[in-house]
This record gives sequence, C-alpha cells and structure tokens, in this order.
Amino acid sequence: MIARVIVTPKPVVNDPQGLTVKQGLTSLGFREVSDVRIGKYIEVNLDTSSEHEARERVEAMCRQLLANHVIEDFRFDIEPEHKRR
Amino acid sequence: MKFGVVVFPGTWSDRDCGWVIDQVLGQELTYLWHKDADLKGCDCIILPGGFAYGDYLRTGAIARFAPVMEKVGEFADRGGLVWGICNGFQVLCEAGLLPGALIRNASLEFRCEWTNLAVERTDLAFTSQCEEREVLRVPIAHGEGSYFADPATLSHLEQRGQVVFRYCDANGRVVPNANPNGSLHNIAGIANARGNVLGMMPHPERCSEAELGGTDGLKLFRSVAESAMKVLVS
Repeated sequence: MIARVIVTPKPVVNDPQGLTVKQGLTSLGFREVSDVRIGKYIEVNLDTSSEHEARERVEAMCRQLLANHVIEDFRFDIEPEHKRR
Repeated sequence: MKFGVVVFPGTWSDRDCGWVIDQVLGQELTYLWHKDADLKGCDCIILPGGFAYGDYLRTGAIARFAPVMEKVGEFADRGGLVWGICNGFQVLCEAGLLPGALIRNASLEFRCEWTNLAVERTDLAFTSQCEEREVLRVPIAHGEGSYFADPATLSHLEQRGQVVFRYCDANGRVVPNANPNGSLHNIAGIANARGNVLGMMPHPERCSEAELGGTDGLKLFRSVAESAMKVLVS
C-alpha cells in the first residue's frame, strides 16, 4: 500500500510563504488568486495488503509525527502500490 | 552546580553555552551526547541552539526521539531544571514539555539581530537575578521563532503567568514594532506551569561577556547557578 499524505497549516495559523507566493502570482497576472496555503506532501509505503489497517496506521503516524496538531492539519489517500504514479 | 549541555547532530551553540558555564562562571560542565541515556547527575540541562537533525520534517521534530530526550522528560517531570534556547525551545515544544509551536518568521527572513526582552517573571530559577520588569538586551538568530498557540492555550499561559520574556522596545514597552518574528503576544520565552522548564528564542550565551557586546545573558546563567541549590529534585 502507498499513503499520500498532505499536511497543511491550520487556517488560523499565519502562512507567510503562502501570502508571498500569492503576491507573486498576482503580479504575474493571476488576479483571480484569492488565497495560497503551502504545506507538505509525504509518501509512505507500507508492507500491508489491508487498506483498513493501512488507514489506521497512517492516521496514527500523522498524529504522532507527520503533522504537529498545534499548527497543522493532515489528510491522506491510500492506494495499492501497483497504482503508484 | 552541574550543567549538562545536550549535543544533537546539527547543534551549533553547545560550545558557546559551555564556555559561559565553564570559563565565565566557573561552574561544572558536561556535554551530553544525543545517544546518552543518562544525564550524569546534572542539576540543569540545557538544550542549545542549532539545527538538530537538520530540522528535518519540522524544527525539533526528530530530536524528541533521541535517547537523551526520554531522560530529559523524566528529569523535568521530577522538577529538574531544563532550559531550551532557540532550537532547544523548538525541541521542548515538539517533545510536549512546553505548549505551542514555533513557526516561520512573519517576515520569512532569518533574523540575526539584537532584541530587547521584558522580564515578566523574576521568581524562577532562570531569572532570579533579574529585576522586576527589567529589560534585557539579548540577540536572536532564527528563521522559525514565531510563537504560536491556540487562543485557549494562549489565555491559559497568560492567566498562569507562564510568559517569561516578551520582545519590547528599549523602554520596556511591548509594542508591535519590537516584535522581530510575528510571535503572538510578543512572546520570546515561556515556562511550564511548574516553572522548572524554560524555552526562549533569544541567545543569552551570546551576550555573557563584554567583548561580545553585552552581558545581560549572564544574569540568566548566574540565576540558575545560584538558585538551583534551592530546587529539590525528588
């Protein structure tokens, strides 16, 4: 199984990187951009064939290490490894 | 009084802290390697500045798994003095020994400059040699020192008087202009509820000799050296 984890700053946390990139996009002419938030993308390969088990394990990984609950939210997808991009 | 300075791979302020303890104050000093599972009888543990484990994932996120950190946590639980400076503050937050988190500076810049700190607590082992409302001049050097905590945690900290240092102007006024990194409530340093764990972003070890442009940092080291005798580690 492969987990694709996305970690983002919580909405209440100031994201100066996102604000700066938004300004850059605006100055390039992308005036429809109303907000940019910058986070992290993490791929985790798991030696298990059970999607249910993988989901529980990755959830625990996110809570214990991959995301800091004080400042970050997380979400993830689980796929069998043969579908790996 | 025996100080232990923890060294992780990527720590860079360990020798600066060691110099102040050993050469300036003449106190007993030992370095604790991150793999040490023994605090060697130290009375105060310092987690110094740097980039422990390359700041991988998040600042301080990996350091908390070091064998020495398990012992530091137990030591703090028993009331032992634990002092995190800069990266050490980030490690203490990630390890759950202090609340909140340190995030990217609002300016996105690495800020390396002198700051003024309003001392809000003088009853702690770390600040007992400071005057009430004294202003200390201490340098910072960080890219991720913006203190963040959710509103409930923040009001808890304020109500319990856990904010120890705030960025202020030269006259001690806590104003937005004096805030170098966007920290909430201008927070530069906090303690745990018990007062035996302190985390601060500024570097007192870099202003403990006149040759370095100031000696205000030495007051904190001297406070620890003189008041630690009163703290009973059960």
